[in-house]
Amino acid sequence: MKTETLIRALAADAGRPVLAIGPLLGAALAAGTMGSIVLFVLFLRPRPDFALALQGFDLPLKLTIVACLAISAARSLAALARPLARRPISRGLAAAPLLLLLAVVFELVTMPAGSGLARLLGQNALHCITLIPLLALLPGVFLMIALKHCAPANPGVAGAFAGLAASGIGASLYALSCPEDSPLFVATWYSLAIAVFTASCFLAGRRWLRW
Amino acid sequence: METVDAENQEFRWTVLMEQSLEGDCASYGELLSSITPALRRAIRTRARQVGLDAEDVVQEVLLALHLKRNTWVRGTPVAPWLAAIARNKIVDAHRRRGRRPEVSIDSVVETLRDEGDVSEDQSQALERGIAGLPERQRQVLHAVSLEGYSAQEAAAQLQMSEVGVRVTLHRALKSLAVFFSQGNS
Repeated sequence: MKTETLIRALAADAGRPVLAIGPLLGAALAAGTMGSIVLFVLFLRPRPDFALALQGFDLPLKLTIVACLAISAARSLAALARPLARRPISRGLAAAPLLLLLAVVFELVTMPAGSGLARLLGQNALHCITLIPLLALLPGVFLMIALKHCAPANPGVAGAFAGLAASGIGASLYALSCPEDSPLFVATWYSLAIAVFTASCFLAGRRWLRW
Repeated sequence: METVDAENQEFRWTVLMEQSLEGDCASYGELLSSITPALRRAIRTRARQVGLDAEDVVQEVLLALHLKRNTWVRGTPVAPWLAAIARNKIVDAHRRRGRRPEVSIDSVVETLRDEGDVSEDQSQALERGIAGLPERQRQVLHAVSLEGYSAQEAAAQLQMSEVGVRVTLHRALKSLAVFFSQGNS
């Protein structure tokens, strides 16, 4: 077929509205988050002492860290979804790890000597590493589908950031019900859950988001 | 003088692309016709080095640019974006042949701006892709491309609704893009 002929076919198809990247990713994020909120309400609910703990220091700090992660990763996505790679890393991305690091240092300095391991292990590690990926699943799947309609310069990296944003959302919801507020616990188990989910999304992206 | 021309052309592409995204088919056709010679120049040398048919890659890039035109940032230059898509498709075409060359976006941008004589070519791969489409998609594609009918005219001709023609056409183009990315055999 002549290229000129193909161009006529493409031009005839130009009347279709295109899916703008911003709204597309936004819709995926909203739909996925709503889905996970429904799962949370059905199966988890906030912890019993939620209102009380919210007035403390550790729970708001934990929530800030995971919400920071979700927001900063999600904000990087629009740039990563395009073929022309610009510097995608929003500066906010460093906020969550830095805050967590500070919190861990503060805890290590102030806590009673010898209680570190007990705090790190906590009582709910298994819950944490299974429920965060489960709550991340819907946002992750929706974001991947949205990215499939884009053209990421680096499919693996785009997938990883979708995974990071999704597990940030999963962790934010899980944090509402998780009774462990120790930064050591968060730094160990939350990070592990998020890292595993993000790595899977990297691999999935590298395979499936190629265009 | 040349840089002025390049800038003019760049500006024109941006304007045409804006209009295309508003659904202006005529502007879009003009844009594609205007970028195709540039694309051909950029792809020809790279494809020949590894024995690929250049026009196959040109058509694959045109399809990709069409289906991924939502990834263009409004108001920005078209050439670098187009070069990034072309680069992806060239690398992909190489990879399918078991090689992984280094193709920098800058070098593709450079050749997009080169002047030079290029002639129209015919591609075999697309022919095979079209042959593999369902009957209806082939008819619609044939009507709007070879016959040059509008969607409305094609609808009357094929006794379909206009929406049906548009949906079928879009599906056909998507299938062709998939056909290319799977190694056009």
